[in-house]
Amino acid sequence: MKLSLGLAMLLALSLAPSARAASEADYKAAYAAAEAASKEAAGMRNQWTVTVSALAAAKRAADGGDFGRAVAAAREAEALARASIFQAVSEKEAWKAMEIR
Amino acid sequence: MKARIHLLLGSLSAALVAFALAAPRVIAADKVDPVADAKAFQNFFFQKFPNVKHEDFVNGPYSMNEDMKRQWQEKEEFPPYEFALEAGKEMFSTPFKNGKTYADCFPNGGIGIRQNYPYFDSGEGKVITLELALNRCREANGEGPYSYVKDEMASLTAYMAYTSRGKLMDIKIPDDPRALAAYENGKRYFYTRRGQMNFSCASCHVQSPGERIRAETLAPALGILNAMPIYRSEWSGMGTTSRRFVTCNSQTRAVSLEPQSDEYRDVEYFLSYVANGLPISGPGARP
Repeated sequence: MKLSLGLAMLLALSLAPSARAASEADYKAAYAAAEAASKEAAGMRNQWTVTVSALAAAKRAADGGDFGRAVAAAREAEALARASIFQAVSEKEAWKAMEIR
Repeated sequence: MKARIHLLLGSLSAALVAFALAAPRVIAADKVDPVADAKAFQNFFFQKFPNVKHEDFVNGPYSMNEDMKRQWQEKEEFPPYEFALEAGKEMFSTPFKNGKTYADCFPNGGIGIRQNYPYFDSGEGKVITLELALNRCREANGEGPYSYVKDEMASLTAYMAYTSRGKLMDIKIPDDPRALAAYENGKRYFYTRRGQMNFSCASCHVQSPGERIRAETLAPALGILNAMPIYRSEWSGMGTTSRRFVTCNSQTRAVSLEPQSDEYRDVEYFLSYVANGLPISGPGARP
């Protein structure tokens, strides 16, 4: 019992750093990564509206000082942008499968 | 040993024959052949909907659903695009400040020519749509351009379409590699999936015409531009071909392109070409 309690405390302590509140620096890093991916998608003429919305939501949350929400929205924007890039790359050939012949 | 050599030679011959048979198909699949494309495109719809009269495809969802068709025919007695049509007629004949009119910019004074748009301009190396030609006409005569998506542009194109009703779509692809490239680019755009919904134009208008997407009945891609511009109840107003492309994109959660971007011009070229031989029915009315 004592051993499992000790292990649990150790586990809780080891996870503690990742559970800390997001800082402005975290937000800036997450936003920069999302913005770069979003620009890449736009350059491929394949931007998604939801990426733009998530980026805007991240900025709004950061402006309001809620960096936790801002980081989450920025990470979502990056994931969406990366999905749109994947779509654009795969569709370079995949569109042919849909063609009426 | 001899038997093994025979077996090897036999396999090699079989492989060569198989390659020879498959190779022309591979080449044909990658060759741009608009005539074959248009034939295949039209046959696809004719076979999928054997009870729809060929010329009826230009009426979009009404060709897919008898009830909707009857309602639309009744509405056509007092069509919702009538105001735009009247406005377009007046605008068309009103001189610019320099005294010239739209008629001076177009063949046949702009009357009965809708079926020839878009066309490929060999001088410029690009596709010219009717909307683009109208704004260029304005700018050449010292007037400011109109919005490409609605209002005045929709009224002008409504009038020009109306003077061409019943004329058969007649889009030419000149013997110019740039024209073929534009056509191919339009075709690629039409079939390419985009947006978070991962839809292409074809997902709705080839794979699912006649089906419902929420409250709407999807129109077939064949002849879909013959009815443009349209009054759409959903928009509570008129919209141009540009507006249709922009809203289609945003419905798939893709950021739409600029009206009259190369991609939109090219997809208009492709869709109009494969509708060759079908009548102009614009301006139209849609739910």
